[in-house]
Amino acid sequence: MDATTPMAAMHAAPVSRVRSSRRVADRVLRVSCFAATLIGAVVLGSILLMLIIEGLRGITPTLLTQPTPGPGSEGGGIANAVLGSLVLTFIGIVVATPVGVMAGTFLAEYGRGSKLAELVRFLNDILLSAPSILIGLFVYTLMVRPMGTYSGWAGGVALAIIATPVIVRTTEDMLRLVPGSMREAGAALGAPASTVIRQVTWRAASAGIVTGIILALARIAGETAPLLFTALNNNSWFSPNLMGGIANLPVMIYQFALSPYPNWQQLAWAGALLITATILALSVVARFVLSPKRH
Amino acid sequence: MNAAPIDAAELGARPQADTNAPVRIAVKDLNFYYGAFHGLKDINLNFHDRQVTALIGPSGCGKSTLLRTFNRIYSLYPEQRAEGQILLDGKNVLDSSVDLNELRSRVGMVFQKPTPFPMSIYDNVAFGLRLYERLPKAELDNRVEESLRKAALWDEVKDKLKQSGMGLSGGQQQRLCIARTVAQRPEVILFDEPTSALDPISTGRIEELIEQLRDEFTIVIVTHNMQQAARISQFTAFMYLGELVEFGPTTRIFMNPEKRQTQDYITGRFG
Repeated sequence: MDATTPMAAMHAAPVSRVRSSRRVADRVLRVSCFAATLIGAVVLGSILLMLIIEGLRGITPTLLTQPTPGPGSEGGGIANAVLGSLVLTFIGIVVATPVGVMAGTFLAEYGRGSKLAELVRFLNDILLSAPSILIGLFVYTLMVRPMGTYSGWAGGVALAIIATPVIVRTTEDMLRLVPGSMREAGAALGAPASTVIRQVTWRAASAGIVTGIILALARIAGETAPLLFTALNNNSWFSPNLMGGIANLPVMIYQFALSPYPNWQQLAWAGALLITATILALSVVARFVLSPKRH
Repeated sequence: MNAAPIDAAELGARPQADTNAPVRIAVKDLNFYYGAFHGLKDINLNFHDRQVTALIGPSGCGKSTLLRTFNRIYSLYPEQRAEGQILLDGKNVLDSSVDLNELRSRVGMVFQKPTPFPMSIYDNVAFGLRLYERLPKAELDNRVEESLRKAALWDEVKDKLKQSGMGLSGGQQQRLCIARTVAQRPEVILFDEPTSALDPISTGRIEELIEQLRDEFTIVIVTHNMQQAARISQFTAFMYLGELVEFGPTTRIFMNPEKRQTQDYITGRFG
């Protein structure tokens, strides 16, 4: 463009045409981004709204004090399912945490650059995205069939298998964020690798690792498919014997929501609200733990 | 950098090189490889006891590489290897039988970026002490205080020893790292551009500190800053492209370099 005649350039027809088409393109992109966001928000919002309205109606004084009622009867609660879910999730996370943190530590620290670590990482990624129903069938074949019964233990193991790759992945990612200079500084003081890992790198990555564990917890708290084949359900009060089927929220919701009984459907709504609120709370806690303000 | 960076009068006023000081580290025919890349070529060099030796040269000349061979910190990376001899008090530290952790407790290192550990100030300093010595609480307290005093940090942190070391300023963090290194009572302290991430005031304090530490420790410092080398070192080694170009008392290197390359570098003609 000729710098000495800016006015002439501005009056030229092609310039203004380009401008308006750019303006249109800008507006189209803006509107479609906004519309896409709106669609997502509306869908999510209406699910939540429906869940809250229907779920709140199902909240009764006996919800957390009584076990699931028989078909067609009135009242009752979901206390056995809540307790069962707590137990199954607890087993899952207690098994998955040490395995996941150790494996993640191997990938980020000891196995750095080794072929074995590459293989483990690849398998872990597959496990991470494996359909959860496959995990359920796997544990069914591994434990339920040989033992001849659905059991709480099998449910806990299935959940652990789902939680482990999540923890492996976040642990590795968080340890990789620890600057190499920190490891060098530890080694330069004459500390063996194991000491540096335990006292320096784990500590530096602790907020991230804990967040990963909480997110894994949130993930398995709502898993249904793996429990269908393992823990199944149990309409009686929770018994400390984990050798039998055990009630849990996701499978209870699945069975009750599909039932023809209004009372059961109401309880399913209440259970769904409870589980969603719990997962939401866990996610908020995870965010809080990871927030930089704490450091 | 300007063309005539070093003030002759200032150089003369500094503690001069003691060429009769015993040799602490003797480097003999040292070669270093990053995979296939030949990073150091036939280095021969002596480091004198309780003297500050500065390693200078343009980026990539191998000065940090050389520093990192003395405590074998490079061996964290499997593709890096050194050949030749580095004699510390007469024993070759490159020998495969050397206990790396013991070596590193004798040869301390302070890095370019301050590296406080995510723990309290007290625990940072005590970290190295707890590794190999089982000290009673009172003595541990004393050693921590002594180290923080030597690092000129005690007065600033004595009331907050339980607070995280990550909360200190950059210059304080670097002095904390020096305290942590000093606490182990090493024989040699390696500084890898210890002030390049710090502001001028913090830099000045670290330089004063290095001068004080010279009474007790043999010091090797890598620096990009020629004035810094002139200010704090007794000996200077100029390196270029993996080779040692010239080594001698700092005053002579800066006032009267023998090699053309050295002259060009210290007058700022390249680098």
